[in-house]
Amino acid sequence: MKLELAQVRHVAKLARLSLTPEEEARFLTQLSAVLEAVDALASVDTTGVPPTTFALSTAAHVRPDEVRDELDVDVALRNAPQKVGTSFAIPRVLE
Amino acid sequence: MISDFQPVIGLEVHAQLLTTSKLFSTAGTTFGAEPNTHTTPVCLGFPGALPVLNARVVELAIRTGLALECRVNEKSEWSRKHYFYPDSPKGYQITQYEFPICEWGGVTLELAGKRVRIRRIHIEEDAGKSVHDAADGLTLVDLNRVGTPLLEIVSEPDLRSADEAVEYLKILRDVLVSIGVNDGNLEEGSFRCDANVSVMRKGSEVYGTRCELKNLNSFRNIKLAIDTEIARHVDVLEGGGTIAQETRLFDVNRGETRSMRSKEDAQDYRYFPEPDLPLLLVTPEEIARAKATLPELPQAKRRRYVERLKLTEYDAGVLTAERGFSELFERCQAAAGVEPKKVANWFIGEVSRLLNESGVKPGEVKFSPAQFAALLMAIDAGTISQNAGKEVFGEMFHSGAEPAEVIARKGLAQVSDTGALEKVIDELIAANPPNVAAYRAGKVQVLGFFVGQVMKALKGKGNPKVINELLEQKLKG
Repeated sequence: MKLELAQVRHVAKLARLSLTPEEEARFLTQLSAVLEAVDALASVDTTGVPPTTFALSTAAHVRPDEVRDELDVDVALRNAPQKVGTSFAIPRVLE
Repeated sequence: MISDFQPVIGLEVHAQLLTTSKLFSTAGTTFGAEPNTHTTPVCLGFPGALPVLNARVVELAIRTGLALECRVNEKSEWSRKHYFYPDSPKGYQITQYEFPICEWGGVTLELAGKRVRIRRIHIEEDAGKSVHDAADGLTLVDLNRVGTPLLEIVSEPDLRSADEAVEYLKILRDVLVSIGVNDGNLEEGSFRCDANVSVMRKGSEVYGTRCELKNLNSFRNIKLAIDTEIARHVDVLEGGGTIAQETRLFDVNRGETRSMRSKEDAQDYRYFPEPDLPLLLVTPEEIARAKATLPELPQAKRRRYVERLKLTEYDAGVLTAERGFSELFERCQAAAGVEPKKVANWFIGEVSRLLNESGVKPGEVKFSPAQFAALLMAIDAGTISQNAGKEVFGEMFHSGAEPAEVIARKGLAQVSDTGALEKVIDELIAANPPNVAAYRAGKVQVLGFFVGQVMKALKGKGNPKVINELLEQKLKG
């Protein structure tokens, strides 16, 4: 399946990526190749096979409902470029 | 005219599950803590941090599904919902998309006697909190709430008015609270609601374009917002305009809804199955276990109180509003050998008053059902008056004292013994010949004088019913 340039730009926008025209052209080729590889799977006859979304059919590992290993607030904030009190501070985002 | 249109409403409820730790992280779920004091690398979206499912969440989701008469799916799956916002550090929310844990249940509205279908219930994680007005030019981000477990409960568009929507929500909240999965608090946001509202011409079978209303944090605002939005749709359509499908925010101060432009092009969430989590498998045994521990639901309990205990709808409503309270009522009711209405009156009056005053929880009261029964029987037998009963109960409530002991210590027992009463009455009749003559001449109000005198002689502890009977009998000669 060959992508359109507009689709590459749409996906880039959703991913908050700013691409140069050269990058757009490169990703157009690469992403189209990925989709073509996936398209090859469509040639397999899957009549009667239920959709598979996960390779393993084992149940999820679960844990008991207990609090442990919380990060110290200073550790949690260590990578924050800016903080106010114990909050992460970022350029204002308007709703 | 509004009357030419039929409103169509569907609701999405987000209910926070009552767990001590988060959905996929071992951080705590405390409300109102200092910002960022309850996080782990999973909450902060650190590279390499992996989600591990909280078993309790699954139990609570199954309970909810059963209580809302849903099918519980033995196999469901996790998905990623992608969007960028500072309150979600990893850039996606883990939710359930194509295969939710519960599907196709419903609740019955009592006023309209109608069924509202629930299309699905799925588990997902909450986002953090952004504060925009606390610091100049900055947004402050608190990630304590990130990963808190939520159930999203989605109704079919079966509701036809704001009142029906509110009734549905109240029933839903009562159910969730009674089965111990949610605290039902709208103000703190642990029970949140979004409403999808549209209108269509009466008689039409094609739904109009819908708008999604957000920011509905009280039952009153939900009704106001829905009514406001219905009126707006009718206005636009009557004026020949069209409704645009969009998300709108209810502004309670202005009494209007307005478009949230930021949500306009955000609908492409690029869902895909969560590769970090295997399928969510539920065994028939787990479902059976949840079914066995499900308590009687509020609507069924109210019906039982009305039909079996012969209480009024009002009494039944008050008594069943809170599970601990109704449990205490039932234990006392079972112990007391008097009619349920008498026990109900005590609970709606004194018991409820003292619980509120003291802040004691119904499950932690000091008096036992047996003591409560003894008190009611003492009143019923005329041993003490209703008023003295309240005094005795006050002591029982605060100290757990035996009612018989309080009655004796305070000297509250009424004199009902006819021998003792007759002696006092005979003396009074002998000492007041003019009043006796007046009574016999037809001046019956003199009876009041004699009752007063007997009570005075007994320091107020005579049984008024017995005194009246004896006096009438003796005065008539």
